Amino acid sequence: MAVIAHTAHKDKLAIHRLGLWLFIISDSFLFLGLLFSRFYLQGVRRPPEINQPLGLAISIVLILSSLAAYRGETAAAYGDIKRFRRNILLTLGLGALFLVGVGLEWSEAFRSFPPSTGYGTIFFTLTGFHAFHVVTGLLALTVALLPGQRARLQEGNSWGVEAVVKYWHFVDVAWVFIFPTLYLVS
Amino acid sequence: MRKAIAVVLSLGLVRGMLVGMAGAGAGMGVTVLLRAALGLSAWNPGPVVAIGTITGVLAYLAGLGAFSYWIRWALVAEPSKEGERHRYGWTRYLCVDINHKVIGIQYMATSILVIMVAGALALIFRIELSTPGRTIMGPGLYNRFMSLHGISMVAATLIGVSGLMNYLLPLMIGARDMAFPRLNALSYWLIPPAVVLLLTSQAAGGFDTGWTAYPPLSIKAPLGMQLMLTAFYLVGLSSILGGINFLTTIFKLRAPGMSFFRMPIFVWATLATALLQIVFTQFIGMVLIMLLLERLLGLGFFDPAREGNVLLFQHFFWFYSHPAVYIFVLPGLGVISEIVPVFSRKPLFGYKAVAISTLGIAVGGTMVWGHHMFAAGMEPYLRIPIMMTTLLVAVPTGVKIFSWLATMWMGKLKLDTPLLFAMTSIAVFLVGGLTGIPLAIVATDLDLTDTYWVVGHFHHTIFGGFVFPLMAAIYYWFPKVTGKFLNERLGKLHWGIMTVGFFTSYLPYFWLGLNGMRRRVYDYDPGLQPMHLVATVGGFMIGLGFLLLLSNLLVSAWRGARAPANPWHAQTLEWQVTSPPPEDNFPLPPQVVGSPYSYGVPGSVHALMPPGGAGEDGGKEAT
Ligand code: HEM
Ligand SMILES: [Cu+2]
Repeated sequence: MAVIAHTAHKDKLAIHRLGLWLFIISDSFLFLGLLFSRFYLQGVRRPPEINQPLGLAISIVLILSSLAAYRGETAAAYGDIKRFRRNILLTLGLGALFLVGVGLEWSEAFRSFPPSTGYGTIFFTLTGFHAFHVVTGLLALTVALLPGQRARLQEGNSWGVEAVVKYWHFVDVAWVFIFPTLYLVS
Repeated sequence: MRKAIAVVLSLGLVRGMLVGMAGAGAGMGVTVLLRAALGLSAWNPGPVVAIGTITGVLAYLAGLGAFSYWIRWALVAEPSKEGERHRYGWTRYLCVDINHKVIGIQYMATSILVIMVAGALALIFRIELSTPGRTIMGPGLYNRFMSLHGISMVAATLIGVSGLMNYLLPLMIGARDMAFPRLNALSYWLIPPAVVLLLTSQAAGGFDTGWTAYPPLSIKAPLGMQLMLTAFYLVGLSSILGGINFLTTIFKLRAPGMSFFRMPIFVWATLATALLQIVFTQFIGMVLIMLLLERLLGLGFFDPAREGNVLLFQHFFWFYSHPAVYIFVLPGLGVISEIVPVFSRKPLFGYKAVAISTLGIAVGGTMVWGHHMFAAGMEPYLRIPIMMTTLLVAVPTGVKIFSWLATMWMGKLKLDTPLLFAMTSIAVFLVGGLTGIPLAIVATDLDLTDTYWVVGHFHHTIFGGFVFPLMAAIYYWFPKVTGKFLNERLGKLHWGIMTVGFFTSYLPYFWLGLNGMRRRVYDYDPGLQPMHLVATVGGFMIGLGFLLLLSNLLVSAWRGARAPANPWHAQTLEWQVTSPPPEDNFPLPPQVVGSPYSYGVPGSVHALMPPGGAGEDGGKEAT
């Protein structure tokens, strides 16, 4: 009986993992489409007003947040709940900081290339879609901190954390493509 | 009285719709107040309704109970599963239920309902087309009806194939349910609000862009356009979530012994369909949002004055919508491959080739989208390559046709309604495919594009690849689903009227197209009238066929003859359990040992069933 229960649990994990990967693969085509639109409409044009240092700064913030998320995931896998919480809270903070950075970026962009202009259309849409993913990621990370997942961690089931962190990495990787596309190419 | 109200309120659909309406109202109210506070004009229908749609759909899903389990999951370690499987009887079809068979029926019923409404619209505008000039409506209303017909039929098809795959996939691979039953329920429950939005769009000015919603027309169309775009988005979301579920189920939940080359062709079709769903639906979702952003916030994707380009829309639209036609037809072609061997009592000819061709169509079909844009000013260097790839996709499609014909060749044909409908499907799909060739060739397409040739072509492919296979599927699997037979004589009458009606209605379209009838116009040269009249008569025969189907379904569900577990002596797994199947399909997993189609091979079986089930012989062929 115990054996059956055990394999069932392992199967379940494999099923959940595959489902998540398929979701991520599917979602990445959305970003592919967005990147394509940038080159289709704007070629490699880039307005001189774009704030590259700020863009670089928020990229670094987001990458650091992924690092914190990774540490949180590892801690969760080892059942170290205190470190897990600390790192996920750090991730949340860095993610929020990233959003603040995007906000600053937007308020500058509004003046130099507003959404009604050609480059503005692309810039606000790409960063907007990405920011929306960041918001959903933050919500998901918050859910991982709720009592349900904590109780499951105590039982040695860290799937919930793993899923959320994978999604967060995905959002991060998407930015790694968006950043050069919007800020660097020309 | 009190009790009756309590029962009605316990139905998820009713609760969801009530809470959803309240949510939409609240969202719109708050937006109006906010806009007033910010000093904007308080009532700007676009953004106000957009916010209302979002809050409305979320409130509806919450009121329905679609999120209940996940909320409990967030809060406690082992969430209770109460309220998920406790219902039996008809009420469970109106609630969130996580059994794939219930969800399959929900999809099918919704699809048939939408087909009926959209079909009625088609008959109304076919009356308009029966004489040149104004018959019963003016050009504005004609365009609205035509557009609503097109998009509703597209939605109904997406819903219908999801229904078929949902019901059949787990049964065919020996699984107890889908990999993610709750996600599955959510996928279905995104559909009703889409249907409601499509219908309410008509109260908001409708839309007259055809189903394709090309800008700049769709940027200028009334508010109804926005509702149509959100409806389309919801159907797309449902499609993506469904695709993830189908793929995971196929990869992880096959019964022991079911290797890939022992899967029924319908499962292969589901695999290919689901791949297309998760990859390509993202592009249409994105481009629909781009349209909404341009309409609502004044972005400039498609406005040449602001470095936009309408071709961007067309590229993405067809980059989805061409693969989408394979989403429409692959499951139907899978159905034909299931039915033909059973009623010919012969193995499916070239099983492996058919399986691979299914994937081949899906993969090849990703590189052909530009054939919809030959006349649109598309990048000229794409023309010839796209023409070649389009013609190449005919090869795997031809493999399927030859496989069906070769399977029937010298078979012991049993001409029951399922096979009759399958044969009509093959004939109709063949005409659809052949008439596509001049549309794939640039030189001839430039002449035929936007004429009734195109309308005739795609109605042939979609009737041959979806509608007629759906009819075949209904007659074939109805005994499995309900435990009762459909009336065979009524079925044959239905088949005869629909087949004759179809060709009467749609063969004239080719002649009309060649003689200069443009699509999407309510008026035409009087010389074209005789053929238009014939087409209208045929259209009403198709409508009559649907009514016969409906009456057959109702009468047979009520007092049809009892069906045994395996009335057609089929070998695939769904026939090896009772009719209707047990709640959990297979309490113990079957052991798959051979091909699903070894009909006529003495002693052959597809699977060994665990003892105690209904079809213990596993559909063994008589020796
Ligand atoms: C009784 C059955 C049907 C009749 C009489 C009918 C008739 C028509 C006609 C006459 C048009 C062309 C209108 C025009 O261009 O002015 C049309 C368009 C269309 N139909 Fe049907 N149809 C039927 C069933 C279906 C079905 C079952 C589907 C799909 C599953 C479908 C999908 C479409 C689509 C996508 C369009 C294109 C609309 C557009 O141009 O944007 N139809 N139909
Ligand atoms: Cu196409």
